[in-house]
Amino acid sequence: MEWGLREELRDCLVAAAPYGGPIALLRNCARREKSPGARPLLDTFSASGLLLASIPWKSGQVVQLGWTASEDLLCIQEDGTVLIYNLFCEFKRHFSMGNEVLQNHVLEAKVFHTEYGTGVAILTGAHRFSLATNIDDLKLRRMPEVPGLQKPPSCWAVLSQDRVTIVLLAVGQDLYLLDNTSCSVVTPPGMSPSAGAYLQMAVSFNYRCLALFTDTGYIWMGLATLKEKLCEFNSSIRSPPKQMVWCMRPRSRQRAVVMAWDRQLMVVGNSTECIQFVLDEDSYLVPELDGVRILSRTSHEFLHEIPEASQEIFKIASMAPGALLLEAQKEYEKESQKADEYLREIKDQKLLPEAVSQCIEAAGYEHEPETQKSLLRAASFGKCFIDKFPPESFVRMCQDLRVLNAIRDYQIGIPLTFTQYKRLTIEVLLDRLVLRRLYPLAIRICEYLRLSEIQGVSRILAHWACYKVQQKDKSDEEVAYAINQKLGDTPGISYSEIAARAYDCGRPELAIKLLEYEPRSGEQVPLLLKMKRSKLALSKAIESGDTDLVYTVVLHLKNELNRGTFFMTLQNQPVALSLYRQFCKHQERETLKDLYNQDDNHQELGNFHVHSSYSEKRIEGRVGALQNAVDEYYKAKNEFAAKATEDQIKLLRLQRHLQEDFDKPYLDLSLHDTVSTLILDGHHKKAEQLYRDFKIPDKRYWWLKINALATRGDWEEMEKFSKSKKSPIGYLPFVEIAVKHHNRYEAKKYAPRVMPEQRVKAFILVGCV
Amino acid sequence: MASTARRDVPEPPDFGILKRLARDQLIYLLEQLPGRKDLFIEADLMSPLDRIANVSILKHEVDKLYKVESRPALSTSDQLCFLVRPRVKTMKYIADIVNADKMSGRSRKYKIIFSPQKFYACEMVLEEEGVFGDVTCDEWSFYLLPLDEDIISMELPEFFRDYFLEGDHRWINSVARALQLLNSLYGPFSRAYGIGRCAKMCYELWRELEEESEGDSQGRKPEIGNIFLMDRDTDYVTALCSQMVYEGLVDDTFRIKCGSVDFGPEVTSSDKSIKVLLNAQDKVFSQIRNEHFSSVFGFLSQKSRNLQAQYDRRRGMDIKQMKNFVSQELKGLKQEHRLLSLHIGACESIMKKKTKQDFQEMIKAEHSLLEGFDIRESTSFIEEHIDRQVSPIESLRLMCLLSITENGLNPKDYRSLKTQYLQSYGPEHLLTFHNLKRIGLLTEQAAGETLTAVESRVSKLVTDRAAGKITDAFNSLARKSNFRAISKKLGLIPRLDGEYDLKMPRDMAYVFSGAYTPLSCKIIEQVLERRGWQGLEEVLRLLNGTEFSEAGAAEASPGRDSQRTVLAVFLGGCTCSEMAALRFLGRERGCRFIFLTTAVTSSGRLMEAMAETRA
Repeated sequence: MEWGLREELRDCLVAAAPYGGPIALLRNCARREKSPGARPLLDTFSASGLLLASIPWKSGQVVQLGWTASEDLLCIQEDGTVLIYNLFCEFKRHFSMGNEVLQNHVLEAKVFHTEYGTGVAILTGAHRFSLATNIDDLKLRRMPEVPGLQKPPSCWAVLSQDRVTIVLLAVGQDLYLLDNTSCSVVTPPGMSPSAGAYLQMAVSFNYRCLALFTDTGYIWMGLATLKEKLCEFNSSIRSPPKQMVWCMRPRSRQRAVVMAWDRQLMVVGNSTECIQFVLDEDSYLVPELDGVRILSRTSHEFLHEIPEASQEIFKIASMAPGALLLEAQKEYEKESQKADEYLREIKDQKLLPEAVSQCIEAAGYEHEPETQKSLLRAASFGKCFIDKFPPESFVRMCQDLRVLNAIRDYQIGIPLTFTQYKRLTIEVLLDRLVLRRLYPLAIRICEYLRLSEIQGVSRILAHWACYKVQQKDKSDEEVAYAINQKLGDTPGISYSEIAARAYDCGRPELAIKLLEYEPRSGEQVPLLLKMKRSKLALSKAIESGDTDLVYTVVLHLKNELNRGTFFMTLQNQPVALSLYRQFCKHQERETLKDLYNQDDNHQELGNFHVHSSYSEKRIEGRVGALQNAVDEYYKAKNEFAAKATEDQIKLLRLQRHLQEDFDKPYLDLSLHDTVSTLILDGHHKKAEQLYRDFKIPDKRYWWLKINALATRGDWEEMEKFSKSKKSPIGYLPFVEIAVKHHNRYEAKKYAPRVMPEQRVKAFILVGCV
Repeated sequence: MASTARRDVPEPPDFGILKRLARDQLIYLLEQLPGRKDLFIEADLMSPLDRIANVSILKHEVDKLYKVESRPALSTSDQLCFLVRPRVKTMKYIADIVNADKMSGRSRKYKIIFSPQKFYACEMVLEEEGVFGDVTCDEWSFYLLPLDEDIISMELPEFFRDYFLEGDHRWINSVARALQLLNSLYGPFSRAYGIGRCAKMCYELWRELEEESEGDSQGRKPEIGNIFLMDRDTDYVTALCSQMVYEGLVDDTFRIKCGSVDFGPEVTSSDKSIKVLLNAQDKVFSQIRNEHFSSVFGFLSQKSRNLQAQYDRRRGMDIKQMKNFVSQELKGLKQEHRLLSLHIGACESIMKKKTKQDFQEMIKAEHSLLEGFDIRESTSFIEEHIDRQVSPIESLRLMCLLSITENGLNPKDYRSLKTQYLQSYGPEHLLTFHNLKRIGLLTEQAAGETLTAVESRVSKLVTDRAAGKITDAFNSLARKSNFRAISKKLGLIPRLDGEYDLKMPRDMAYVFSGAYTPLSCKIIEQVLERRGWQGLEEVLRLLNGTEFSEAGAAEASPGRDSQRTVLAVFLGGCTCSEMAALRFLGRERGCRFIFLTTAVTSSGRLMEAMAETRA
């Protein structure tokens, strides 16, 4: 171990993350009473003892340390506050375990991992349990009271069964099971009646097994469901072990419990014998998926059951095919004919494929590259004698071992076993390397394993860039340049995400610089909005040509700015303005008015009033709206529109009178149609009056009148009219209209009065040629 | 007309796959809401839907079909599915249904399928109405409807008003996506030309989409090599002229809807209407659609004589020949016979309508407007047209044509024509005039402002882009059309030496009786000929357009079919006359034009889009 600790481990709070994870130490905490001035130190180390970070602890009394599944450090304080730090002791966030915990203080705490994530269990000073099964989605659960519990339980553990988290606790000789609603007394099957009071308990890594230690030195081992006993053992040591953990391999029948006392380590299992080791130093046990890690000041060891493949090969005088193959290969290298003998022996039993697989599998369990190599060499040698042995497993193992050896290097310090590595998956391993800021190694691994760019290299580069923007000692330009240099146009890189991170670190200028590298302007918009660069966001949205994006920004602006500023901003962005207008036209007509008002757009205001006049039912309302329009048109210096609208008001009023006088619908007719209807109904005087009042041009009036008269069949009136004065439209129309109404007799009357150049046409029409 | 045609015109690509893609996606989307359901369809999606899917497909676990309309729906199903355009109005309709159900304590499942895409504004409305959580949304990317072997329509008539009048850019994304789809199926397009701000935006957005997706267009054999994008506002004149080719006249008279037309009783000479699909499959129609109307009758009568002759062959046949005839030819002949009689009926009906409205006079007036003489006389013609209440849309069209060819009306005419119009057709058109002014179709000549002064102002604004006021500035100042100068520069009015033979056309001007070559088509011709805009600088200055021309990396040899296939994209609509003119050009030059348009349009539709009604 590199760490060179001066303190004894027992004087520190220790937490080590599973899967070869980092170690956290809180030193001096025990000595606090002696010299209150000295602050405790919080250190994090890699599994090989390399110091990752060290900070003086400034917050309250820490009861328990623990690591989350994503390798964040949890510091559970006496007052129930949980502080979360990352690997490098940088504070991330904190949360509280609730008021009840705050009042009664934390007596003990445990961090546990289930399929829901990382959880925290707390035993309070009032001997009550509080649970949170997932700290990322915090839901506090207060467990029911244990009846008659006066003192803290001697030991307790968190179990996870059928997706429910429960607490098992021991008080004296009694075991209690606490679930969400109830508390029940349980007795493990096959428990010796004279076993005595429980002192220690241990749950296996997968929550399947449970071990109980009593004050008579008796150990009960069984299923965590308490339905079956696996075995028992009498250690005849009466003091409780400092730590007790399970040591077992997935899918193995050999289950064992490891117990550590101050200077003694004992492994017990389904056997009357036990294995004992002497501990030279204070040690700390870390349960793992397939074994136990043992930490001490100077060493870091791994205790595990030897896997079957390794046993078969390395057992003394083993005749297993793998062992023979390994031997054959060694002889072959010595150029001895014995190689052939060994090989024949395997081949005769037709076990060569098994032999090769065995060697490959065993290589995975080895930590020494030399042993790995010799096993792989043997496998490769054996492969030559098999037709069509699928190469994938061999290649895969070589790659995996290459990766594992790289990360086991003490500089990196992630001592994963092959089994753990497979369980963890390469993606998670890469994440962990990224967490440790080992970007080059992560990228090498991606390249070595030929992971796809988007999954592999780009993702890591993006993480690197996000880390890079946090380096405050470099100028914005330098950082932006460095990032662009390295990332270039790598596919799958989102500059906007990196920029978002830069903004979160309080570097908005850098964020904007980074955004400029973002090729898709649409991607820039959300962050710009967040950074309150709304105007820039608006122009970027418009640039992107995505109207939906423009709408998003516009609505954002609408809520963010006051109305005046909002309108002003829009005025400078015609594209956005038109979009917003379109929206208002359908959805918020009143806003439309305000919009025009702001801009002093009297013409549009006038149009707006005209529009709204249509929706007015009553004539007064309509006239009112039109009058508003007239005012606006005058302001807009649009005399024509004002005049036309005034005429319309005049016409409306008149039509109402006509409607009352003649009891006929006149409203909404055009002037032409109004006059025409009047003539059709024989109100010639009224028509005449309108003709004068509205200054209807002569030509129109004549067209209109002869048309109406002809339709009415009032030929007499027509003749009178034709003689009233000289027709401004000539007399051909008279002929045409009469012909149209099949009155050739009347038509003939007018033909001679037609202008000479059209007279021929007129005569043709009446048929007098 | 076939005499000058070249024989090496490439065949158009097969666009059937577009229909299949859309149909399959729709079925998939409907299946996303398992179980029985009622389907509500937006009215203007009905016809396009009809073209790609038959009712049996729509009945995919669908109990009843409803039309989305203002009436509240009485559906009893527990699942409602809405197939709609992304419009605020429709969102309110849906929200009302959902809210009504909530009030009565009824719980149902609602699903909205937006075509061609969803807009944020729609979700916003749903949210404001408090139903966002109650509905699920999906997109049916039905961007392209192949109407014919060479016409693809996006069926977005509102594009014109939204973009050119309201300055609403939301459809640009849809166009870009449509281009992306076409490019992936029939491209890669190696050369792109375009004119207009919208064209440029669409093009750029499409390029961005292509870069993002990085599809593997390599190695595929392109079927379409060139693409030309054009904004409708580059050339309003052509769209405003009375159409003279048969297809255009049918459209103007009967309104072709989604590639089919309803011929009423006056055409069918029976008491019911017949719906006829007008496309290249119609043997009669495909031969006359591009013809000038004056030669259609002659053709039809020739055709009927031929048909009669074929029928007459029966005489003197022996039994075996007769059997052959009946089994093989008779059906085709009968079909042709039926179509022939329909088209003859349509012709008669068109003739009748046109003569009634003094069609000749109107054409004369139009032609003098285009040529720029006897303006006074034309103005009085328009005045009379208004006074006699011939047709509000037609009157408006003539006024706009006058304004745009004359670079705006003089103040006196501007006022008096507008007053006349309001008196004739109702005061609500005051708002219509405002719209027309904004879009630059009906403007007033600024007193004392010469052409050059306007230009300098416009060009100043163009460089002053950063001010961002550009859209508004363009809207009000709009495009001084400079029509007269452009027409001179490009020689749009053919010099007449003798009678123009409409049966044997010499150039694209035949679509307007030889009086005017459509500007839009002329620009396309010139640019394709020069492979760029070189030499057209003066025209561009007058057009005031944003032009571009880009060559892709992989330029194939010009001899290839794909290089002689041009996708002509009309943003804001394309008329039948323009299509006829370009088809003519294609036959002359040995190239094939494929038309992609936001909608097939006509002068009537343009005017209606601008008109404000009391609704």
